Amino acid sequence: MRRFLPLLLLVSYVALLWVPFYNRREPALWGFPFFYWYMLLWVPLASLLTYAVYRGRRA
Amino acid sequence: MSGAVHWAAWSVFGVFFALVTVLGFVAARWKAADLNHLHEWGLGGRRFGTLITWFLLGGDLYTAYTVIAVPALVFTVGAYGFFAMPYTIITYPFVFAVMPRLWNVCHRNHYLTTADFVEGRYGSHWLALAVALTGVLATMPYIALQLVGMQVVFEAMGFGGMRQGPEIALVVAFVILALYTYSSGLRAPAMIAFVKDIMIYVFVLAAVILIPAQLGGFAAIFDAADKAFQAKPAAPPTGLILQPSQVTAFATLALGSAFALFLYPHAATGTLAASSANVIRRNAVLLPTYSVALGLIALLGYMAIAAQVPAKGNAVVPALILRSFPEWFAGFCFAAIALGALVPAAIMSIGAANLVTRNIWRPYVNARMNPAQESSIAKITSLLVKVGALVFIVFLPLEFAINLQLLGGIWVLQTFPAVVFGLFTRWFRPLPLLAGWAAGMALGTTLSWMQGVKPVYAIPGVGLVYIGLIALAANIVVAAIGTALASAMKLARSPDATLPADYRDAATLPR
Repeated sequence: MRRFLPLLLLVSYVALLWVPFYNRREPALWGFPFFYWYMLLWVPLASLLTYAVYRGRRA
Repeated sequence: MSGAVHWAAWSVFGVFFALVTVLGFVAARWKAADLNHLHEWGLGGRRFGTLITWFLLGGDLYTAYTVIAVPALVFTVGAYGFFAMPYTIITYPFVFAVMPRLWNVCHRNHYLTTADFVEGRYGSHWLALAVALTGVLATMPYIALQLVGMQVVFEAMGFGGMRQGPEIALVVAFVILALYTYSSGLRAPAMIAFVKDIMIYVFVLAAVILIPAQLGGFAAIFDAADKAFQAKPAAPPTGLILQPSQVTAFATLALGSAFALFLYPHAATGTLAASSANVIRRNAVLLPTYSVALGLIALLGYMAIAAQVPAKGNAVVPALILRSFPEWFAGFCFAAIALGALVPAAIMSIGAANLVTRNIWRPYVNARMNPAQESSIAKITSLLVKVGALVFIVFLPLEFAINLQLLGGIWVLQTFPAVVFGLFTRWFRPLPLLAGWAAGMALGTTLSWMQGVKPVYAIPGVGLVYIGLIALAANIVVAAIGTALASAMKLARSPDATLPADYRDAATLPR
């Protein structure tokens, strides 16, 4: 399984380059249209995925 | 801007500028070493740990021009201007996968630049020259645009009746920058980046808390922007979300820019200055923090719409700052932006200087430089590069620098196959890679030029696509076909100075 862990690095590419998925206003959050909070949310998510790959190295 | 001079803002600005000037010179003694060696002057002796690298790269990549131009674009076109968000998120998984290998092979073989690596890997100083020239060419206009970031800040603070004021202030700031870069090398921007980045975070936090409070909250801000876009004509497309015609352009610009970012000499320099491959991996995890700040900075464009600032273009952010904050804090923000220009400008000029010294001067002018000569060539080059950028901004129309910077992104992406593929495989051969680079450069420049220097090109059946990626595809095809032909004809391979183990982490090092 560990061999495939680096594939997690690709997840944020799919999530952010598949633009039609998030090019919408609803559901809005705290006044932010979906388009904006989705992108902001992906900053920590992408960071966590990279961290998971980092932790999975070696051992 | 009116003729008013904001004295309180100038005073605060002056205090911070003086502080970092002192830091810039003191930096020469930080992690003390002989700065007459190029790896000390130009890479800080490869001794920067996780925290320093985080500040250095953050200060390096998220520039003053970003703080000014991204909100200005969002102010004008809306959602499309946010392509910087996916761009600066997806660049880091790429960094995680690629840059540690580059660091390892460069560290093992004492390479200072990506072109050094290309020369060692492929045994071709012509391919290395292509990579070096592309890097220098792409960097020059980028430095020039940093000056624009400073200029708009100076103009916002005002000079009264003095018409040449902004130019004079710019020259003074740049001379000071040039002097401490000359004497301290990469240590200067590394030290100043601490101050700059913290100031930018304070500015962003204050902006996203205080300005929405003044304007009735984020819902009201988005609402005002929405109404403003709906009142605009249908072309060119604007809006709170992307128009259908913008979707492919948005995605391909993000992807292409993400691939291009760490091929730029300033990004590569900041990365190679790290003390280990794991420092880079940790930074690939931690650097996205700056992307949150960038997203919030982009929102300043909508805040400016909601606040109805009496400005447009690059003057939008300074006008919003002056309108929203007390004058002393406006001075603080302006200082943050101006320092945001100095840090990248210093690293860019150092990155370009390393390339000129190692990959142009040494192979083609003087092959037998001693370390002191090598570092003095680099120091002088860093001065010349800055003078060049200054001349650019003071004497040529701004359009010129903006267009060249845009082309620079397309160009630098054409070094991708030689550098990035080279880190994983030696299948490609140097001459086909050079041919691919030439094809990509020519195609990218032509496609962009034909339309009056635009970043995207309409491919029938697909939509608007970033030209850098189109050119990269042609580049890869040419390099692959050329390599397959050369292999089929069983032509002799050029030597490879690197070993497979050079690319991996040293086994004995603690994690």
